[in-house]
Amino acid sequence: MADLLPNEEYKVNLEVFEGPLDLLLYLIKKDELDIYDIPIGRITTQYMEYLELMKILNLEIAGDFIVMASTLMLIKSRMLLPDDERGPVDEDDEDDPRWDLVRQLVEYKKFKDAAGFLEYLEEEQENIFSREGEHVELGLHPDVGMSDVGIFDLISALNQALDRAPDEELQEIFAEQFTVAEKVDSLLELTEKGKTISLGRIFRGMRSRQEIVCTFLAVLELIKLNRLAARQDSHFEEIVIEQTGETEPVLKEDEQL
Amino acid sequence: MSDIEVLPELKEIIGSLLFAAKKPVMAKEIRKTLVEAGKNYGGLYEQFAKVKENDILAVIEELKVELIQGSTGLSIADVANGFRLQNEMNCGPWVRTFLDKDRSAKLSKPALETLAIVAYRQPILRSEIESVRGVAVDHVLRNLVELQLVKVVARSELPGRPWLFGTTQRFLEHFGLKCLEDMPGMDELKRMELDKDKPEQTESLPGME
Repeated sequence: MADLLPNEEYKVNLEVFEGPLDLLLYLIKKDELDIYDIPIGRITTQYMEYLELMKILNLEIAGDFIVMASTLMLIKSRMLLPDDERGPVDEDDEDDPRWDLVRQLVEYKKFKDAAGFLEYLEEEQENIFSREGEHVELGLHPDVGMSDVGIFDLISALNQALDRAPDEELQEIFAEQFTVAEKVDSLLELTEKGKTISLGRIFRGMRSRQEIVCTFLAVLELIKLNRLAARQDSHFEEIVIEQTGETEPVLKEDEQL
Repeated sequence: MSDIEVLPELKEIIGSLLFAAKKPVMAKEIRKTLVEAGKNYGGLYEQFAKVKENDILAVIEELKVELIQGSTGLSIADVANGFRLQNEMNCGPWVRTFLDKDRSAKLSKPALETLAIVAYRQPILRSEIESVRGVAVDHVLRNLVELQLVKVVARSELPGRPWLFGTTQRFLEHFGLKCLEDMPGMDELKRMELDKDKPEQTESLPGME
């Protein structure tokens, strides 16, 4: 599976998306876990699965993701030690190897909530104009107009699609080759004239994993370029994409896989 | 200079200034204008030159109430330490249609998070933002500076004298905030930082939502 993307040219920079703490919070929320009592073995396994998927996608995995992976491993191994070898036996939270991580997660969560508040205000301000008739002009900017759906929701959708895809046949050499540029075009066609389509439907009917991965990368690219927006009406539901109405050039012709 | 038959009331003058302003107006700016106009035009015009800031604030409160009571579609909001004459929020859809602004650009989640951290913890180093978010914020931070929502406020005394970042006036305007203290949980999020190095206090860590 690792050679689905044969060359390294195509990279999506994850920095504009989310980081390792987001992934952990995402996993915790997804399984409705107690942040103060994280089942570290299970979380570590899931975290590594996502990391693996990101590698397959050739997403530029920030060093931070790797650091977090090793932190999780360390905590996991310390959890395996009997209490008396970890330190004095008492109810003090300080002796729980998870505590530093929990504290960091809780703090980060607070700021995420604060960011949610800002998002709400920003939406409210959309309806308010003053004499100059202008809001702060954000314009077409790499950090503006990103979709409402997080990267991990998108990766989850990809994961499901890959799970459904049949195993590659041996005569893959003769299989069609897909490119991201091609998929960019067909995605734009699918979403023409204000049409919306769910990711599930786009992936359905695709038989080759390579095609699914290329399509997924095309979605990411279009979201990054602010051409497409992804919506999810409630958490862990179907993700729907639509055009934003921006019409900047998308991929250079030579930028193929 | 030009003659006018009836001198306007202070309330009318302030209302017209708020109408003409292109950004939130502070009471002291209004006072300064009253003094200058008195000097420039002399005579009757000088009678407003002695108005105090408190009087101005009181008049603005009156105007606020009258705008709402009169169902004018306008209101005065406390934004960025000043006052802004703006449309009522429920009229937004029509204004947006009129101005052809149906789809406003919005900030990305990483950008909003970074902004929130800067807002609560300013002045703050880039490395401090990164330790909260757990990822590099170089790129996001640079964009926020470009958008003039964040600025360099000082240099730290640490080795290498790294920059300290803070939010701008434009930040308050963009989100319609009166001042930083207007953000919810300001005390709590500030305090968490102070407690960071004192693990014995972490048991009082506030619970999740």
